[in-house]
Amino acid sequence: MATQINKQLGDNIFLTTLDAAASWGRANSLWPMPFATACCGIELMSTAASKHDLSRFGSEVMRFSPRQCDLMIVAGRVVMKMLPVLQRIWLQMPEPKWCISMGACACTGGVFDTYAVVQGIDRFMPVDVYVPGCPPRPEQLIRSILDLQDKIKSGGTVNAREFKLRILPEGPSRFDEDELIRIRERNGFKLDDQKYDPVH
Amino acid sequence: MANETTDSKPSEIETVKSRLVELLPGVGLEWSEFRGQTRVVFASGELLRCLNAFKAAGFDQLTDLTAVDLLEYGNVDDRFEVVYCLLNVDSGLRLIAKMHLNEPDLTIPSATSVWFGADWLEREVYDMYGIVFAGHPNFKRLLLPDDFQSFPLRKDYPVKGRGERHNFPIVTRAES
Ligand code: SF4
Repeated sequence: MATQINKQLGDNIFLTTLDAAASWGRANSLWPMPFATACCGIELMSTAASKHDLSRFGSEVMRFSPRQCDLMIVAGRVVMKMLPVLQRIWLQMPEPKWCISMGACACTGGVFDTYAVVQGIDRFMPVDVYVPGCPPRPEQLIRSILDLQDKIKSGGTVNAREFKLRILPEGPSRFDEDELIRIRERNGFKLDDQKYDPVH
Repeated sequence: MANETTDSKPSEIETVKSRLVELLPGVGLEWSEFRGQTRVVFASGELLRCLNAFKAAGFDQLTDLTAVDLLEYGNVDDRFEVVYCLLNVDSGLRLIAKMHLNEPDLTIPSATSVWFGADWLEREVYDMYGIVFAGHPNFKRLLLPDDFQSFPLRKDYPVKGRGERHNFPIVTRAES
């Protein structure tokens, strides 16, 4: 239907939906907030620098004020003291906004399985695209931004309705299985016990 | 440089040793040597007197102050060891002074009156081991949040913590 009308109108007038037009604009002008807490931040800088040149994809305007951004790139490990800051910055960003979790540490805690490091930021805040790697190559980060652009273009709405449905936590359970293992060990179970299943 | 120091240092450390024995009559000092480093263990009751004597003997800089938790560490009787790494800036001589400490009384006098640089070092030791330094000018946690309950470098604290890293509200997409 739309294509037929398009044909009749020729090249001068385009018909589209408001949602698609808004999403097209948003996807091609993502303004990242670089939340770079560790070594992944170096790759993030490299991605933005001249060799990899993130501006080719319309998202080179790094802003250090959350109120001017719509893409949070968490690059690096987030410790328990930093997580409230991260959440606060995320809440300060205006809608619509998206989040890329960059690197093994931001996604899962990485090798830092210690008391201080949050085991994946997605336990406590929404994440749209995960980038694996330690650190991810700049190409991987660019790929993730392209994927995010596809995601926005395919599902975005002008008044951000699609976010309203996501009322449940999306990350892994907040319940700490390690704590359960420790409680059971304190009560005399051994991990190498064949019958012992630590999780269930 | 290395050759120079090996010749002059043994005699230097001997003079320091005799000076300290002079300055601290009646205080037990246990000297030991390991790979060219001189260590001295002193009694915990005499902390400030010993530190002042070390300073008087020429060790005018506190390069590091830390602690060790000796829980389940072979056949030692004491729980904690507080370590003062000292430097004589003029001669380059170093001394590692140690003191043992046991629960339940983990309060020792602060070294800030002797070397002011002990300020943050003592706060870090408190942060990680729970050793309290009485007389410190600004005594609170240095690295961890103020409401943190445990002392994570103690050996009886699990490396994965007691759930501190999981204790946050969840921000869902709809509400942010
Ligand atoms: S994933 Fe690797 S490079 Fe990235 S912050 Fe963690 S340790 Fe550093």
